[in-house]
Amino acid sequence: MSCSRRDFLKNTFKTTLATALPLSAFRMLSPAEVKAYTGDSSIRWVFLVDTNKCVGCGLCVKACKLENEVPYDTPVTRTWVERYVLMKNGQTHIDSPNGGRDGYTDSKIDENEIPADQITKGFFVPKLCNQCKKPACVQVCPVGATYQTLDGVVLVDRSWCIGCGYCIMACPYGMRFFHPVYKVAEKCTFCYHRIKKGMKTACVQACPFGARQIGNLKDPNDPVTKIIMDQRVAVLKDEYGTKPQVYYIGLDTNVR
Amino acid sequence: MAVEHIVAQGAEHMFVHGLDWTTKELFTYPNEFIYWSIQIVMYPYMTGLVAGAFVLSSLYHVFGQQDLKTIARFSLVFSLALLPVAMMPLQFHLQQPFRGMNVMFTPHFTSAIAAFGIVFSTYAVIVLSEIYFVYRKFFVDQIQILKGKEGAADRFKYYLYLMLSLGAFDLSDRAIALDKKAVKILAGIGIPVACFLHGYAGFIFGSVKANALWMSPLMPVIFIMSAVVSGIALCMLTYILIMEFKKWSAIIAKGKGDESVQVIAGAELDVITKTSRYLLGFLVAAISLELLDLIFRGYTAMKSWDILRSVMYGKDFINIFVLQYTLGNLVPFIMLLIPGITIRRVFFALIFVLFGVFMMRWNVVIGGQAFSLSFAGYMHYHLPIIPHNLETFKEGLFGALTVAATPFVLFWIINKVTPSLEYK
Repeated sequence: MSCSRRDFLKNTFKTTLATALPLSAFRMLSPAEVKAYTGDSSIRWVFLVDTNKCVGCGLCVKACKLENEVPYDTPVTRTWVERYVLMKNGQTHIDSPNGGRDGYTDSKIDENEIPADQITKGFFVPKLCNQCKKPACVQVCPVGATYQTLDGVVLVDRSWCIGCGYCIMACPYGMRFFHPVYKVAEKCTFCYHRIKKGMKTACVQACPFGARQIGNLKDPNDPVTKIIMDQRVAVLKDEYGTKPQVYYIGLDTNVR
Repeated sequence: MAVEHIVAQGAEHMFVHGLDWTTKELFTYPNEFIYWSIQIVMYPYMTGLVAGAFVLSSLYHVFGQQDLKTIARFSLVFSLALLPVAMMPLQFHLQQPFRGMNVMFTPHFTSAIAAFGIVFSTYAVIVLSEIYFVYRKFFVDQIQILKGKEGAADRFKYYLYLMLSLGAFDLSDRAIALDKKAVKILAGIGIPVACFLHGYAGFIFGSVKANALWMSPLMPVIFIMSAVVSGIALCMLTYILIMEFKKWSAIIAKGKGDESVQVIAGAELDVITKTSRYLLGFLVAAISLELLDLIFRGYTAMKSWDILRSVMYGKDFINIFVLQYTLGNLVPFIMLLIPGITIRRVFFALIFVLFGVFMMRWNVVIGGQAFSLSFAGYMHYHLPIIPHNLETFKEGLFGALTVAATPFVLFWIINKVTPSLEYK
């Protein structure tokens, strides 16, 4: 068989065209794009934390660990509570032993006795995933295993995550970790399996003081939305441009 | 019940990634650990060596730097030996190593890692085709020599070279000239791709906005410069070692009475001196950029500077200023500049240079995780030395040594097929 260079190029061109045209009718979708079509676009889940009401009992952390099967005795956790103690000399003491899971019953911080008469103020700050509007973790996932649903929650596909840890590095809030059993990236999902069915998240349900609330920002009659609209609220670390969606009442300048 | 089930099932496999080698100080978030450990230090280090070795060989092929002729062919083959090793640390580091291929199946292009596989494969194709064109004449020559020879080893070699030649046996002047032209073009494309490959590794770190130490637009350029430095240094070092080894084994053989052995010259001082000039040039560029980055951070003193300063000038002072800048940069810089250079002095200077670049990678990767995202606490990394499970092997001293040793084994094998050093 003889084939001149001209024929070869001609045929190559024809074949390429013949295969490329029908293929161009398809659109390539990443798993993230496909998965992102879960959820209800008439909802935007947001969270409201009233730090004035939090007493640091740790029931939310306990409830979360049990509900979401994060091994109870490991230091990693989807949500946690931080304690801040500010002193007259300007010092700040912060701690969160076991994520505050067992409640703050000890007045010692890092084994140090804190003299009560030297304290100017002290408070607790619950933390959970901010379900950012522009999530850095979703941006950096190399395989599209983490994605944002239409109702604004960021989820992880445990069957597709390769465990590179880039999302863990990218989150400015330190929310993510590797699940000790599944060995993939793990994070707070606003208890997506519960809220989808109209239930409250485990932490909201467990909080005896109403410090934690979840709501739908797209519903103007939602009590949480009303508070976010009417009152002065703040978010954590907005300088990273991720547009966090967990709003805080009574946030202090010392909160990290 | 579900919880008990998972706890019971997972108890034996349960492993909080990072807990084994991280200690915390003051306030850190509960989920913070040193997630990226020694293998992620090895990753940019190995990629850098690949890129550097290739750039060194291209300096001869593209810009016709005749003084690099001897080392060019060697560094090209060496960069092929280093190539698969650039992927190894990533594979070792993945929590789900068997899913590593997912990056090729569903690349998510907003991620800086996603295109790595594509850039890397492109680069591999360039290196392989360049080697093909450089060695085609050699392959055909071997086929001629081995043709009709008996014996399993010779038959095997014959078929191997037959396959490697891809059926192109034409050795006319025109064909050889075409080969040379192809090498020049490939080496020319290869330089930007090699720089991109490594600058890209820098971008992976530089674009993490959550990390105060990493986030810098200078990061890719700093990575490229130090990559070339380390690549050249490793090529020179290996060249010296092999040539000296050949020399001494010839001398010893002769000493034992084997008169047929010719005593060969060792590493040529001329080659080494000229190559080290390029090394010095890139070293100056790398240090200037790193210092610029440091000064800029100090001068602008953003929110993160307080904690960065306490890490750089306090906790990591030895690592950064003593081991990296002084021992790894300043000392070899002076050693290479003092007149009356000898092979032995260059040899030690090169070891310091390689160590310095390694410390730079270490200080970026581990140093970037030495402080909490809360800016209120610190984390310390303790390199696992004696492994007690797979995880502490992979992400420990022996995992890193495995990665570091592999290119030499590969080079030994590849060099049997495509000899890259000529002995006089």
